[in-house]
Order: sequence, then structure tokens, then C-alpha cells
Amino acid sequence: MSSFFKNTDLDLNKAEKIVSETLSKCDDGELYLEDTKSESIVLDDNKIKSSNYTKDSGYGFRAINGDVVAYSHSNEISEKSLKNSSRSLKSTLKNSEGIYNSEIKKTNQKFYNDLDPVDEKNLADKIKILNEINEYSRSISGSVKQVTANFLGERKNIEILRCGGELLKDSRPLVRINVSVMVEKNGRKETGVYGVGGRQSYDEFLKNDDWKKICDEAYRIATTNLESKASPAGEMKVVLGPGWPAILIHEAVGHGLEGDFNRKKTSVFHDLVGKKVASDGVTIIDDGTIDKRRGSLNIDDEGTPTEKTVLIENGILKNFMQDRLNARLMNTKSTGNGRRESYKHIVMPRMRNTIMLNGNNTQDEMIKSVDKGIFAVSFGGGQVDITSGKFVFSCTEAYEIINGKIGSPIKGATLIGDGPSSLKEVLMVGNDMMLDPGIGTCGKAGQGVPVGVGQPSLLIDKMTVGGTQI
Amino acid sequence: MIKEDRFLEKIADFCISKSKDLGSTSSNVLVMNTISENVNIRNKKLDGSERSENLGVTLTTYIGKKKASISSTNLSENNLIELVTRCIDSTKVTPEDEYNSLPDQELHFKGEKNLELYDNTHLSNDEKINFIKEAEEVAFSHDKIVNTNGSGFSETKSNFILANSNGFSDGYKTSQFTAYCEVVSKSNGSMERDYEYSSKRHYKDLLTPKQIGESAAKLAISKLNPKKIESNKMGIVFDKRIAQNLLSTFASAISSNTISKGTTFLKDCLNKKVFNDQINIIDKANIKKANGSRYFDSEGVRIEDLQLVKNGILSDYLVETYSGKKINRKSNGRSSGTTNLYFENGDQSFDQLINLDKKLLYIKETIGRGANIITGDYSVGASGIMIENGKFTFPVSEITIAGNFNEMFKNIILADDLEFKYSTNSPTMLVNGITVGGK
Repeated sequence: MSSFFKNTDLDLNKAEKIVSETLSKCDDGELYLEDTKSESIVLDDNKIKSSNYTKDSGYGFRAINGDVVAYSHSNEISEKSLKNSSRSLKSTLKNSEGIYNSEIKKTNQKFYNDLDPVDEKNLADKIKILNEINEYSRSISGSVKQVTANFLGERKNIEILRCGGELLKDSRPLVRINVSVMVEKNGRKETGVYGVGGRQSYDEFLKNDDWKKICDEAYRIATTNLESKASPAGEMKVVLGPGWPAILIHEAVGHGLEGDFNRKKTSVFHDLVGKKVASDGVTIIDDGTIDKRRGSLNIDDEGTPTEKTVLIENGILKNFMQDRLNARLMNTKSTGNGRRESYKHIVMPRMRNTIMLNGNNTQDEMIKSVDKGIFAVSFGGGQVDITSGKFVFSCTEAYEIINGKIGSPIKGATLIGDGPSSLKEVLMVGNDMMLDPGIGTCGKAGQGVPVGVGQPSLLIDKMTVGGTQI
Repeated sequence: MIKEDRFLEKIADFCISKSKDLGSTSSNVLVMNTISENVNIRNKKLDGSERSENLGVTLTTYIGKKKASISSTNLSENNLIELVTRCIDSTKVTPEDEYNSLPDQELHFKGEKNLELYDNTHLSNDEKINFIKEAEEVAFSHDKIVNTNGSGFSETKSNFILANSNGFSDGYKTSQFTAYCEVVSKSNGSMERDYEYSSKRHYKDLLTPKQIGESAAKLAISKLNPKKIESNKMGIVFDKRIAQNLLSTFASAISSNTISKGTTFLKDCLNKKVFNDQINIIDKANIKKANGSRYFDSEGVRIEDLQLVKNGILSDYLVETYSGKKINRKSNGRSSGTTNLYFENGDQSFDQLINLDKKLLYIKETIGRGANIITGDYSVGASGIMIENGKFTFPVSEITIAGNFNEMFKNIILADDLEFKYSTNSPTMLVNGITVGGK
């Protein structure tokens, strides 16, 4: 049974008729229904600055013929609206003569519980904890001058109705807790930011006063930066810490391995399947099946079960990440990477949890091997130009390495590299793989979706560091 | 069809009176309807089309100094009642904040609405496709353009009503027409992309398809076969599309929000020299047909023209009601940020500017968000073209540029080629003494 047609003039039968009639001569397509509630509670400057609650529901109706996608969405779930959309799709595709691909894998897999983080904990309790976070962070040291903390919670219910009446469902919880601390000492100001999150209840992160660790970490990063000196500029060896620095992988190769860019031949990787694109020992997967992770999904936004997709195995490029459209046009199968931000957005191949697997080296070995370079521990965001392969990511905590030893902290700097060549410059792969703390959001063509990353420590032969010190 | 005022007003009135019934002491509501139609093409052929219609409400209720907000896209009466109730319940449990309030009534916008922000022109999907197809055709007429990342045309129309319990209720329609073309060039194993776009409130003000296609192609071709250069300190010429980002960073560093919290490198800089003498920065909301123009901000407050920087001296902040109170300043209508923000023209022509040094680096693209407004540190990835003795010589990529805004701002020299392409605009800009990270 569908829960979306309650209090509307539609029922599953009527909706199915419109969907089937619209899509029967198309290659693919579906009616995607979504109901989301979300909240954002922000503490800033000692006050609860905002408490927002959002309830949004609607549908996105998609019809595909060949490589042409027609899409119509609305927040009005009604017969009239759906018929309007149907007309609009037909007028785009004109005389479509496709054969509908009804094949879609079934699954019972579940990587998160059906829970509602927004309503299972009441607002007063959340506000109380935010105030405790504020007081605790300020009590760590007199140098803490500003604290911002927020809770972001969401529950998204989706249903996918396909031509012929097949109905696929998922219910997805997601939370995130962030703390940002600004410290000031001798007129110098720096910030530290830390957060945690995943597809589970807030309480999983709050129990046993675990939230104090978030504050401690934000404070540690901020005070480290207070002692930082100007970052060097130019090419040098870089040791990346485990976990969140895997943004490198997400930017350097992840985006370039998404099916759409490769079908369109605009990615530098489009003709490199079976070729060596990374050093021996580098294996990278995109995994949608890890319990309770931010990037995990039971089914993707087209209804395909997610899986663990091997992208690069021992340095050789194996697979791209696919949604149904790009898979069909490239004669392969969807890997369960078809995602969208909401019903207002079209589906694209997107990453889930992108991870480099363990190698045999220790972080110590890596640092000892570097005469002059940097050790990058924590990052802000990153970005990539798919076509030229150039990518950047910005350090928020980094140290210089001199003669095999970790030296002073250095100021946040942007690192730039070249996607196809940077993974060939990996000299050592660590044995300390870690997943990120669960805070990543990936942006592509204006759509943000939650993702995860992970990696062991890495030693890269050369990257260009965007400091001010020559 | 876009919803008319009367329809939106009815929903706004309902929310405000329901909030009052349920115990709010004041409230503020935004009801907004947006319809947008896009077509995307690729290799001169239709790739997709999209129609979206959004109607939503955002309500903020106050009980004394307590405040909470809700938003929803379901505007049925039953759902609205449920949401208002939830909003009031949330307000009750939210702690008091002495600075919470609606704006002063005397600051409400009252006046003529004659900025011509709405163009009723409607293009059929085929007309949109033809427009942007022509742009791609022009781009593909260049041999080195081998592919496209997709090009598109979108038409967006909006109408809204903003109302509060102090009697403010106003709104207006706006339109936006956007055409973009992003192409891929290839030569000797090098592949690059670049784009041109045009976005205007009035269809007739758009660049022509020919101008868009031609510009995208030339930009993409000019990046082919780049070199990496040695690390060095040098003068950087920022193309207008990048120079405007520096101005946006300046704006975020002087908002009453960041100033009141002290989380900006420009705290305590009011009436002090931040730029050199030649620099003037204006924010002006009432330019006819301009992308950044508006009549009032998201609180209904009228928008004063502001000279933010006069002869290099920081002379004003961007102020909204809540954080304005913390620094004892009245709102100047910037709760939605800046409007049409721009540097006034400098006194150098573009040619003079690129001849100011024997070697300069012209930056046309930056990647990454490398501006830290707390410390003023700046570090981004970049690509561009080398300028030697006033001549563009070879493309450069995979470099970083870094500096600190405190120094960079004092080293800005502007050309005299300002145009109102975006809502934030700068003439071409030269900044001396920036560190380039390369080989």
C-alpha cells in the first residue's frame, strides 16, 4: 500500500494507470514520491538562534526515451497535477517508441532502522543539549570566544511507482551534529569545526556524554591553528591522515568515475577502463551497504538495491558508477548509484561511501620517509574539474614535516592536484583505514546529497600546496 | 500560471491570524510561488526538459522574546493548522532571546514598485531549444570544440507575499531568463572545459546565442595545453567573473551578523582604511531591471543605498534587525544580503592595467572555497593565462594562489570596465604581491 495518496483524489490504482499510460512506450521512467520532514536547530552566540521545522512532500515524474529525459515535478499530489505532468512529459518526448525496461532487482536489505529522529526526541531536550554544548565548550578554556552548534535531523520516506504498478519503498533517517569553536589569543583568532552524523538517532551520538568529544575535537583543532605559521607554497610530498582526508579520493577520482561524464566522454577517465590509473596496492570501492552510514541506502532513488562497487582494483580501473539511464546507454547494469537531492531534482549517478582499502604501511613509516613536506589531518571541502582532471581540497589542520619529523602546525591551505596522475603518485598505503565522522555532503549540478568517505593514511609523492611561503 | 497576489495573501493572512489565535504575540510569514521551465541540450540535440512548480510557506512566530519557524509545501488548511500549532509549540519551548523582534514599523517599505523586475515573456520549449542550440552550433563551428558538457535555457517566474503581524503585507513578481553553454575543447591530448552564460530579468537583455556560443568556445580553447609555472610572488589580474567573488567575501565580512559575533577579519575596522584611496564600494537596490534589485528585504525593511567603502575607508555595515540590535544599529534592509553590489570603476583602461608589470598572471577560474573570513586568509586552486609585456602568452593550470585579504585589499587596482552582468560586479582587478604555488 502507498501512504502518499491519503487525503488526495488519487489512489494507487489511478496513479498507476497514469504512470503506465505515460511510460508504456518509453525506455524507462517512474513516478517518485517523497515525504520529508526535517529540522535545523542552531545555537549561536550563546543563544538559540533558530529553530526551523520543514515538511515537504511532492512527486517527480520522469520519462526517458533514448538519451532524452523529460521531468516534471510538483508539490501538489493530485490527479490534475499528475495528468498535467504526464502531458508535459509526452510533449517533450513527442512520438516515443521505446520498450519499457521493467527489470529491477528486488531486495530486502536494510542498513538502517525505520526511525524518526525529528520526532523521537523532543525539541526541549535538543535545546537543552545545545546549551550544554555551548557551556561545556566555553568552559574548556578562556580563549574560547564563540561557539556555534547545530542539530540537523531528517526523515525521508520515498516510494517509486513504475510502469506496470511495481512499488518500491524506503524510509531514511539522517542526523548530523556540528560544533564550531572560535578561539582568540593575543589578538589572533582561529576556528575549529567538528561534527558527527549518520542514519540513526541523535542519542547514538549523545549517549555517555559522547557529545563532549565533538566539542573537545573542535577546540583542539582551533587551538592547534592558533600556533600555526604560514603554509609553504609549491610542490612537495604530502602525508594524508586516515578518514576524512579521503575527500581526496572523492574529488580526484570519484566524480570522474560517475557514469554520466563517461558516457558523454567529458571525463578524463572515459577511455581508461582496464588501464592502470593508480599505483599498485590502491583499491577503491563505492559502498552503499555499510550499516548506518551517511552515504548508505537500502535502494537508490530509482529503486535499485545498492551494492559494493569496485572502482579501482590494485591500480586498475574496473567500473564506473551507474544509474539506470547511463547504464543502459553504456550496455551495462545500474550499480545502485542513481540519486537525487529530492523530488525536485533529476536522477544522476552519484557517490555513496567512497573508500580506499587498507595497504601495508604505517603512518610512522610515511612520515619518517619525508624530508620536506606536509602532514594533512583534517579538511574543509573540495572541488574538481571533471574535464581537465584538476582537483582541490582545503586543509583545516596540517603540519610541516621536516627530516622525517612532524613540525609546527601550518595555516589552512588549498592543495591542488591532477586526478588521473595523483593516484599514480601514491607511494605508500597505510593499514589504518578509517571512515569519516559522517558529515559529508557532495554537490553536483546544484544538487546536494549525503555521502561518506574513508581511507587509510597515504603518502603522495607530490601535490601543489597553496601556501604563502616560498 | 504564476499565482496572483490575492491567492498568496489569503494564505499569509490565514497563517498570521491563526498564529495569533494560538498565542503568538507577533509573526512573520512568506508565501512564495515559483514556476520554472528548463531545457538542456547536448551536442545540439535535446537532452532533457524539466518543469517545476513550487508553492511554499515559511512562518516565524514569536511569543514575547521567544521565536521558532516552520516551512512547508503542503498548503491545505488542515496541514497549515497543524504546522502553525507545531510552530507555536516549538516557540514555547525555545529560550527567550532579548534581540528577537520584528523590524521597526517605521522601517517598513512603502512606495512605488517601478523597477521592472518582471517580464511576462513566455518561450515555448521549442523556442528555448532553438535559442541554446544556436549557441552550441556557434561553439561547434570552432574546430577544437569537440564536445559539450551540456547547455541549457531556463525561464523562471516567481511571485510572493511577505506579511507580518505589524501590518506589513507586500510582494511582487520577478522573472529570470538564463542561458548557458559549456563546451569541451581538445588538442594534443589536452582536454579543457569552459562556459559562458547570461542571466537577466528581461528576455531581451540576454546576450545573443551567438555571443554566448562564441565566448564559451574561445574561453575553452584558450585553456588548452596549459603549463604549470614556478612558485612565485606576483601580480594577479582577476577576470571580472572571479573579481566579483572577492567582493562577495568582503560583503560577508561586514554583515552585522559576523561583526556582532566578532567572527570576521574586519571587526573594529569601521571608519578605518581597508582599501587604498581609489576604492569605492556601493550597494544599490533600485537599479531598473538589474539582477540584484529588490524593493525590500526578507523582513519587509526598505533598502537604503549604501556606500560601504569611500576612498578606501569602510563606512558602513550590512545590517538586519536581529544582529543589528547587538551592535546598536538599525536595519538598513540587508537581511537578504547585498543587492547590486559593485566596485566603482578605476582609472586604468584594461590595456593599461595589464601593462602595469612585465609579468602578470591573468586568472579566469578558481576552484575550491579558500576564503576564511575570520582570519582573512585566502588560498584557492586556479587556472589562467600568463601575461608578458602586455601580451597574453600561454595558459597556466594546476596552481594555487594565496594571500591575506588585509593586504590584498590594500593592493587592489581597478580597470574602468565595470558592467552589470551579475548582482555583484567588479571591473577587472589587479592585485599585487600574491603567492602563486606551482612547481
